[in-house]
Amino acid sequence: MSQLNRRGACRRLAATAFAAALSALPALAQHAGHGQAAPAAAAAQTAPIKVGDLVIATAWTRQPPDGARVAGGFMKITNNGKTSDRLIGGSAPFAKRFEVHEMAVVDGVMKMRELAKGLEIKPGETVELKPGGYHVMYMDITASPKAGAAVKTTLKFEKAGEVTIDVPVVAAGAGGGQQKKMHH
Amino acid sequence: MPILKYIRWAAWTAVAIIAIAAGLATLGITPGSVNPGSLPLSASIGGPFNLQGPDGKRFTEKDFLGKPFGVFFGFTNCPDVCPTTMLELSNRMQELGPDADKLRLVFISVDPEQDTVEHLKKYVSNFDPRIVGLTGTPDEIADVAKKYRAVYRKVPTSTGYTMDHTATVFLMDKTGKFAGTLAYQENGESQLAKLKRLIAAN
Repeated sequence: MSQLNRRGACRRLAATAFAAALSALPALAQHAGHGQAAPAAAAAQTAPIKVGDLVIATAWTRQPPDGARVAGGFMKITNNGKTSDRLIGGSAPFAKRFEVHEMAVVDGVMKMRELAKGLEIKPGETVELKPGGYHVMYMDITASPKAGAAVKTTLKFEKAGEVTIDVPVVAAGAGGGQQKKMHH
Repeated sequence: MPILKYIRWAAWTAVAIIAIAAGLATLGITPGSVNPGSLPLSASIGGPFNLQGPDGKRFTEKDFLGKPFGVFFGFTNCPDVCPTTMLELSNRMQELGPDADKLRLVFISVDPEQDTVEHLKKYVSNFDPRIVGLTGTPDEIADVAKKYRAVYRKVPTSTGYTMDHTATVFLMDKTGKFAGTLAYQENGESQLAKLKRLIAAN
């Protein structure tokens, strides 16, 4: 269980009557994890990239709104090796800062945390970075990448080392459209 | 057990019961009222506010009363929930067609430190032009958030900070009374149905 969800469970136990009343609302009963799948267009654009025992596939980011200083990056990372590895950071030319985050909506509250020890990818497993969950975050962006372009992103892994990939930019609405379908 | 122990036990139990009852009474809850579908706190969500809007204009709740309205708390450095919600709201406004003019939408920044009036205006301009972006002093934001029972918190990261915040859209009727919510990632049809009901009832 993720750190945020575990905290969420504790929070729920200790929840006030107000939180209980609110979470009783069917509208609020949804939690993180109903994330959108990577838009098909993005998936088609990136061939899987290998670095050491890791394979990075279907990377994408969303065109940030004008004025936004941040953007989330999403992808699937598979560990074909025998030992765990960790995504511990990275960089991108258009972002002054770069962090690895976890996000969850707990009792109607969006919580985002930096993964201080990085994101673990256990041997034989695939970890998906997706909206509503794990993501890399481009921060203090100095350019606003447009849909159809790709942003160079260097990912830094504890064991596999560094790799630079092209992350396709999809239209702001692309995730939303996909998400709508996911619910039906 | 000595009698004094009984008395002490009974007294503390009474204190606990009174404290819980007082707490529930403060929140407007009577025992048994917390069940799915009931909104015991509806009367206490919302209230007066005074915030900074675009182009030097101050906004209070009176600028929104008369039509039903939706209130969303967020910040522009939000990578996922805020742009997604703003986009969803914009889509719902389009789907509502002419009825969209019978509804008002407000985006209130919980990060006034970063979200200046100009910056917020630029950000909000990415979405439906009818959405009004409001910011204010930290005290003004704290006040309106408290009234809407919205929570937010600054969380440090290794290179800066991010904000935790309520991801729910609060729906209010034309008199400013709480009328429901839209949840993060609630499906579009459900959101649209709620907005249509809100407009029809007002």
